[in-house]
Amino acid sequence: MTDPAPVLEMRGITKYFPGVRALSAVDFRLLPGEVHSLMGQNGAGKSTLVKVLTGVVTPDAGQLLLDGQDIRPQGPLEAQRLGISTVFQEVNLCTNLSVAENILLGRGGTSTVAIRWRELRRQAVALLAELNIHIDVTAPLASYPLAIQQMVAIARALTSETRGGNAIRTRLLVLDEPTSSLADDEVKMLFSVIRRLKAQGIAILFISHFLDQAFEISDRFTVLRNGQLVGEYPVAQLSRMDLIVKMVGKEIAETAPDRASRTAAADAPAAVPVVQARGLGKTGSVTGLDLAVAPGQAIGVAGLLGSGRTETARLLFGIDKADHGTLEIEGKPVRFSSPLDAIVHGMGFCPEDRKHEGILAELSIRENIIIALQCKRGIFRSLSRARQDEIARSYIKLLGIKAPDADVPISKLSGGNQQKVLLARWLATDPKMLILDEPTRGIDVGAKIEIMAEVMALCDNGMAVVFSSSEMDEILRYSDRVVVLRDRAKVGEMAGHDADEQKVFQIIAGGSP
Amino acid sequence: MMPVPPTPEPPPPPVVPPPGLVRSIIGRDHFWALATLSLLIIYNLATNPHFFAISIQDGHLYGSIIDILNRSAPLMIIAMGLTLVIATHGIDISVGAVVAISGAVAAAMIGGELVMSGGTGMDDVTRFSMPVVIAAALGVSLLFGMWNGVLISSFGMQPIIATLILLGTGRGVAQLITNGQIITIYYRPYYAIGNGFLLGVPFSLFIVAAVAAVILLLTRKTALGLFIEAIGINPLAARLAGVRARTITFAVYAVCGLCAGIAGLIVSSNVKSADGNNAGLLFELDAILAVVLGGTALTGGRFFLLGSVLGALIIQTLTTTIYAAGVAPEVTLVVKGLVVFIVSILQSDKIKAMIHSAAPARRAQGGTP
Repeated sequence: MTDPAPVLEMRGITKYFPGVRALSAVDFRLLPGEVHSLMGQNGAGKSTLVKVLTGVVTPDAGQLLLDGQDIRPQGPLEAQRLGISTVFQEVNLCTNLSVAENILLGRGGTSTVAIRWRELRRQAVALLAELNIHIDVTAPLASYPLAIQQMVAIARALTSETRGGNAIRTRLLVLDEPTSSLADDEVKMLFSVIRRLKAQGIAILFISHFLDQAFEISDRFTVLRNGQLVGEYPVAQLSRMDLIVKMVGKEIAETAPDRASRTAAADAPAAVPVVQARGLGKTGSVTGLDLAVAPGQAIGVAGLLGSGRTETARLLFGIDKADHGTLEIEGKPVRFSSPLDAIVHGMGFCPEDRKHEGILAELSIRENIIIALQCKRGIFRSLSRARQDEIARSYIKLLGIKAPDADVPISKLSGGNQQKVLLARWLATDPKMLILDEPTRGIDVGAKIEIMAEVMALCDNGMAVVFSSSEMDEILRYSDRVVVLRDRAKVGEMAGHDADEQKVFQIIAGGSP
Repeated sequence: MMPVPPTPEPPPPPVVPPPGLVRSIIGRDHFWALATLSLLIIYNLATNPHFFAISIQDGHLYGSIIDILNRSAPLMIIAMGLTLVIATHGIDISVGAVVAISGAVAAAMIGGELVMSGGTGMDDVTRFSMPVVIAAALGVSLLFGMWNGVLISSFGMQPIIATLILLGTGRGVAQLITNGQIITIYYRPYYAIGNGFLLGVPFSLFIVAAVAAVILLLTRKTALGLFIEAIGINPLAARLAGVRARTITFAVYAVCGLCAGIAGLIVSSNVKSADGNNAGLLFELDAILAVVLGGTALTGGRFFLLGSVLGALIIQTLTTTIYAAGVAPEVTLVVKGLVVFIVSILQSDKIKAMIHSAAPARRAQGGTP
C-alpha cells in the first residue's frame, strides 16, 4: 500500500534541555486528511515534539518538511502563517470578549482603519457554521461552556492570518489535550467537528491521555517513549494492551493489584476508626455526611461530576468549615478551621486541580516536598538543608520521580511526576490518612498505575485512604469500601468486593442498591 | 515501518552544586545591578578623583562613600520590609506616609521647643524620654502596618487599594500631628539616630545592619522565607499545604510598617525636623524600584533581601551622582528615570533570553550525556 505524500515530515528531531535529552532523532509524519495521535507517557517527549512543530522550541538537530519544503518556524505565529495551527489544552482566549472578537481580532481582514463589526460578526457566524456550531457570536465567550470555548479556539485556529488579503489555508491542526476538561457529550461534539475538518483534507495531530478517545478518533498512532520513537502504527493493527505496552515499555498487566478480592479490610470493623464523621456538613456544600475510615482501609468515593466528591474532601481536610455534625480523629472530637489543623492531626490532601491548588510552580521539587512537613513542624523548627535534601532524595527514589535533580522547579516536570511530588509532600508528613481527589487525572497510564500501587502499598501498611475518581474502573479496583455520592449527599456505601459497575451506577442513578 | 530502537539508559543527571549562601541571598540575576553600580562609581571617580577618599575627622569617617551609605539607610530599611510584602505578591505604597507619621510622632513627643540656657546655647529638653519617644513612633508605625495587614489578609482587599488609603490619609494624619507645621527638633540626643557615629561609622548603618540581620535570620533560619515565597507563588496551594497564609500576610505588612517607622526616625533625625507634607514623599516609588532592581519580581515568589539593599544603594548613588554632576534639579527626576529604565530593560526576560540564545552551543553541550 502506498501512502499519499505526507503534509508534514519531521526527520531526526533532537532536542536537549539542560540535563535531559527530551527528543533523540525522532521521525514523524502526517498525511493529509488523517487524524494522527501522538501517544506516550508524560515526559515521553510529546509536548516537546509539538513545540518543535509550532516553533516554540528550536530543535538541536533534525529537519521539518512541509509539503516537501524545508521549514524552520521561529514561533507559533510564523508556524500559523505556514498553515500549522494549534489549540492548546487550556483555552487561551479572552473570555470577557465576545465570541466574534475572539475568533477574528488580530486576524487581519479588517483592513481599513476601523473595525467593521457587522462584517466581523458575519464572518464569525459563517466560520462557526462550518463547524456546525450555531450560537450568538456577540455574547461574551465566558457565557458559554468550556466545550463551546474550545470550538471557538478551533475556529480561531482555522482562520489563519491574512496577508495582503490572501487567506492562508490551515493545512495542519494540532489539538493538544482538547478533551481533558470536556464532558462526554461535549467530546462527541468535538469529534464530529474533527471529522468535518478531516473531510476537508486537514491533517490533525491529536494528543489525549484518554486511550478510548484516541482509539475512537485516530487513523494512526505514533508512539514515543523517553524521547525516542517507538514506532508508527495504523490504529486497526494495535490492541489497547499492545499500545499500553509500547507506551510503558514493560509488560504491565492492565490489572494492577486488585483490592476488591480481599474481604478482610472491607468488613472487619476496626477498633477505632482513624476518621469518623457523623452528620458532618456545611450548608450549600455536602450535608449530613456519615463516614468511618479504619486504618489500612481504602475508601473509594464515586459519583458524577458535581455530586460532591471534591466538597467531601474539602470538608474532611478543613478547607471548608463544617457548620453541622461532628468529626472525630481516632476517637477524639476535633473541629478543623484550616488545612493546617487537619495536617497537624495527621491528614494529607492531594487536590484535583494540581496546577492551581497543588504545586508551587516556581519552587523546587525539594521545597514542594518538604513544605507540608515544615508546616506541620511549625515555622521555627526549621528543617536543615541537609535534612531537606535527604527527604527529597529518598522520595524521588521511592516514587521514581524523573528529574535531573531535586532543585529543579516543579513546573519543569510532567504532570505525572508533579503528582508524584505532591504525593511525596504528604508522605513526608507521615499521615494517618490521605485524601486524594482525582489523583490520576491528566496522568498517563504508566504513572497512574505506579501512583495507585504506591498508595495501596502504604494503605497495606496501615495508612487510611479516601480517594475519589471519575473512572469507575479505579474505584472498583482500589477500594475496600465504595461510597456513592449524589447531589452532595451520601446515598450509598458497600464493600468493595460486593460492588460492581452496575450496582454503583444504579445508586448514582437513584435506584436502590 | 520505523525500526524500534532499544531504549538506552537515561543519561545520568549532571551534578549541580548547591547554590552558595551568598548567591542564594543576593540572587542570580544581579549582574546588571552590580554593573550599574560599578558604572556609577567609575563615573564618579572620573569626575571626582577623591570619590573614594575617606578621611577621619574627630574620630569619624568622612567622605563621599560614607555620605552615600548614610543617606541610603532609610531607603535600604524600607526596601527590606517591602521586599517581604512584594514576595507575597503584595505591594505597600503607604511607606512614605508612614515615614512622615513616624517622624511626626517623634517630633511631637519631643516637643519642638527651643529652650535657651545661659549663654551656651540650647538645652536638651524633651517631654518624654528618648526610649519612650522611639517606642511610641515605632509602635504607631507598626499599628499602621497592621492596619494594612488586616485590610488585606482579613478583608481580602487588594494590596494596592488598601495601602493607597493609607498613602492618602497617612499624610493627613502626619499633618494633624504636626498641626500642619514643620516641627523643628532641638533635642540633641535625637540627632544621633541619623547623624551620629559609632566606632567612626554612621550610626544609621548599624540600624540597617541590625534590621537586615533580624529579617535575614527570620526568613532564612526559620521556615518563614519558604512560606512567604509559597504564598507569593500560589496562596491557595500554600494554604492547602498548611501554610498560615493569612497570618503571614498580615505579619509582612506589619513588618513593612515597622521598617518604614524606623526609616522615619532616621529621616527626621537627619533633617532635625518633622514635615508632615514632605517627609518620605515618593519614597514608595524609590523603594519599589530598589526591590525590583534587587531582583525580586513584583509577581511575588523568590525574594532577595540583600539585592534590595543593593538596589537602594544604586538609587542613592544615582541621586548623589546627579546632584554632584550639577544637573539642574528639574532634570534630575528624568535622568533618574532613564537610568532605572535602562537597568530594568536589561533585566527583562526578553533581553535575558536574547543573551541566552547568543550562546546556544554551550547549552546544547551541557545537555549531552
